[in-house]
Amino acid sequence: MSITSIADIAPHHVAPGRGGGGPAPTRIVVAYGFWIFLLSDIILFSGLFAAYAVLSSNSAGGPTGQELFSFKTAFIETMLLLVSSYTCGLGALSMERDRADFFHLFFALTFVLGAAFVAIEISEFVGMIGEGAPPSRSAFLSSFFTLVGTHGTHVTFGLIWLGYMMAQVVAKGFRGHVKQRILCFSLFWHALDIVWVGVFTLVYLMGGR
Amino acid sequence: MLGRLTWASIPFDEPIALVAGGGAVLGGLAVLALITMMGWWPYLWREWLTSVDHKRIGVMYSFLALIMLLRGFADGIMMRSQQAIAVGGAEGYLPPDHYDQIFSAHGTIMIFFVAMPFVVGLMNFVVPLQLGVRDVAFPVLNSVSFWLTASGALLVNASLVIGNFSRTGWLAYPPLSELAFSPDVGVDYWLWSLQISGIGTLLAGINMVTTILKLRAPGMVYFRMPVFCWTALASNMLIIAAFPILTATMAMLALDRYLGMHFFTNEGGGNQMMYVNLIWAWGHPEVYILVLPVFGVFSEVIATFSGKALFGYRSMVLATLAICVLSFMVWLHHFFTMGASADVNAFFGVMSMVIAVPTGVKVFNWLFTLFHGRVRFTPPVLWSIGFMVTFVVGGMTGVLLAVPPVDFVLHNSVFLIAHFHNVIIGGVLFGLFAGYTYWFPKAFGFTLHEGWGKASFWCWFVGFYLAFMPLYVLGLEGMTRRLQHINNAEWQPLLFVAEAGAVTIMAGIACQIMQLYVSIRTREQRRDLTGDPWNGRTLEWATASPPPVYNFAMMPEVDDVDAFWEMKKRRELDELTPTYEDIEMPRNTPIGIFTAAVAVTTGFALIWHIWWMVILGLIAAAVATMAFGWSEDREFEIPAAEVARLESNRVGLGQAA
Repeated sequence: MSITSIADIAPHHVAPGRGGGGPAPTRIVVAYGFWIFLLSDIILFSGLFAAYAVLSSNSAGGPTGQELFSFKTAFIETMLLLVSSYTCGLGALSMERDRADFFHLFFALTFVLGAAFVAIEISEFVGMIGEGAPPSRSAFLSSFFTLVGTHGTHVTFGLIWLGYMMAQVVAKGFRGHVKQRILCFSLFWHALDIVWVGVFTLVYLMGGR
Repeated sequence: MLGRLTWASIPFDEPIALVAGGGAVLGGLAVLALITMMGWWPYLWREWLTSVDHKRIGVMYSFLALIMLLRGFADGIMMRSQQAIAVGGAEGYLPPDHYDQIFSAHGTIMIFFVAMPFVVGLMNFVVPLQLGVRDVAFPVLNSVSFWLTASGALLVNASLVIGNFSRTGWLAYPPLSELAFSPDVGVDYWLWSLQISGIGTLLAGINMVTTILKLRAPGMVYFRMPVFCWTALASNMLIIAAFPILTATMAMLALDRYLGMHFFTNEGGGNQMMYVNLIWAWGHPEVYILVLPVFGVFSEVIATFSGKALFGYRSMVLATLAICVLSFMVWLHHFFTMGASADVNAFFGVMSMVIAVPTGVKVFNWLFTLFHGRVRFTPPVLWSIGFMVTFVVGGMTGVLLAVPPVDFVLHNSVFLIAHFHNVIIGGVLFGLFAGYTYWFPKAFGFTLHEGWGKASFWCWFVGFYLAFMPLYVLGLEGMTRRLQHINNAEWQPLLFVAEAGAVTIMAGIACQIMQLYVSIRTREQRRDLTGDPWNGRTLEWATASPPPVYNFAMMPEVDDVDAFWEMKKRRELDELTPTYEDIEMPRNTPIGIFTAAVAVTTGFALIWHIWWMVILGLIAAAVATMAFGWSEDREFEIPAAEVARLESNRVGLGQAA
């Protein structure tokens, strides 16, 4: 007789959970793992935030935040991102109701809003570089471009992921693993919002005036 | 076309580097030729390189670590020899330029490519077995993590032959590591190999935490998890909290070097001390990432070979979690000399001493477990006892260094070198060797030779004391670290003693190689037919050695901390009739090794500024990710009948009895 049949001693517990119920179902495991990944990503950002906090006044005789930042632009960016989170949420809800049409509508809207955000950010960066404020000008600008640029890179990556998931829905429909990934994507998108709230506050509200 | 890469990048004019590099290349080619001649490629590809089995990946991690240990040790003994010879008028045999690369490579390799992969490898192999489950949470990601680590290791070794390695110490403090002072590829090799392997480690950490928190056998509530799983959980939580800081910090240094930014430069408002703070905000937790899992190993080894339950299980868990939290509150003790105020230094000094309390709890728990136990003095126990003695010494010199005024005197001296080797060799490495000997039969189905194991322990143990106790004395006498030449001839006798220690350690390594060789030659006599060679207590011993791909044909039910021990005690195993179900397992995938190819190419291109290759690498990575994301057929089913056949073919505990 084999040792591995020890499970027969007592009937299997079927209830999933954190205690004694045995392994959780894949759906929960995937979402949980992704949450932890997001946490690590937030810590990466916290390193960049710390660097910005330390270096933000080290403009080395070059332009300062007060001279460079446009509160209005940053506010528009914030609104775009917040609304895109809302449409992303509506898209996820449409998925839960198996409404592919609404899903595509809301995700397309999310894409447009996100792309507009990235476009404004790029034009802001290009403008600053044109005004003699490139990242190599001072420690303040290095940390500004890196913090805001890393967030922007994340958003750009999110846009690619978003398009890719829409393609998967078209090709495969709302299958189990497609839905799982869409949920992960929406977690990612909301997390970027939270990071942006930090950027808006620390960089533009506290540094711009 | 090839960026900074030219024929001049190959060190034809440096005989020592050329011999070492040439030897490594020839050795590698010889291995590849042997594999080709023996026709092993299909087997290797199928069973190892593309495997997503946590056990195989764990073994590959450990194997990588052992190979890199040889490289790291070669660097170490070269440094000891240089310091023993180059005293007074003598110049030694290593020019400063080369010596600086060697101490940088030694530290980098020993931490990132020996200790880390060995620790991660043991956790990978053991944790799912102890939890009573079939694999980790994300098996494919696990393979990717391993291959990222291996890519980093390959890049570090490539610097032997093409270009040169960093000369800036294992943590590459700016401004020395900035472009102005280190314009060549050395620091870039350091940056990208660590960046790549660091991402692998972070992914491995996410995987392991999810596994431990979400995948456990029925009945295994938190306070029934084996202590090794607890320490693995703590260590991987630290990985998730600390490694992103490393990634961010190295990214900032890379931006300074590649795009002319001013995070840590002298000019433009950069702040070098910010680098030192950030790197140690990762670096101190890193110490506990390494040592916590081996605390778990000692707990398992001591309980098993004392034939007793671990003394104070709950206090052990609490001490582990306390260390986990405290490890983030002490980073400043690595640079008391920064010039922070007395209050700040006092705070970090006190916090550093406080960590000794939970550590002390652990030592007493191990002692009380041994107390009145029927201790079998096998090699894993020798390593454990050697650890306890050595680690306590290292811990006490650590408490000494935690006193800021003392640190001002001893900062950057070889006293510090002696201290951290005392805790890393006497703690981490001894623990890894204990775990290696302890779990080897589980991985390969036969035990390791005891005589050679004991010989190796004694060589390492004595060698360690000979090599590092003199450094405590020399440090107190004022010898600073990283000296390529020593002016004070009075220090030479002790440096000779340290050299003798390094040679003794080399004998220990030779014994380990012999142990492996002899054990493989005589494996038929040392087969572990029961799956439980040590009379173990936890679930990994409840399945065959080596375990089948699915680990457990049926999921075990857990009622106690020492689940398997209790099952044996109640003789439950004899009364069972097996009923098998279909088992779903993940399919092998080449995505991991493909990731390695892309990572090595892209990393190499970044180091040498070959921009078109960087772009190609990034495109390949994106296409591969999307193609993999589209695929669906990732699992296969082992039918119940096949499981039954496999189970009846092998010899399990029940059959042997």
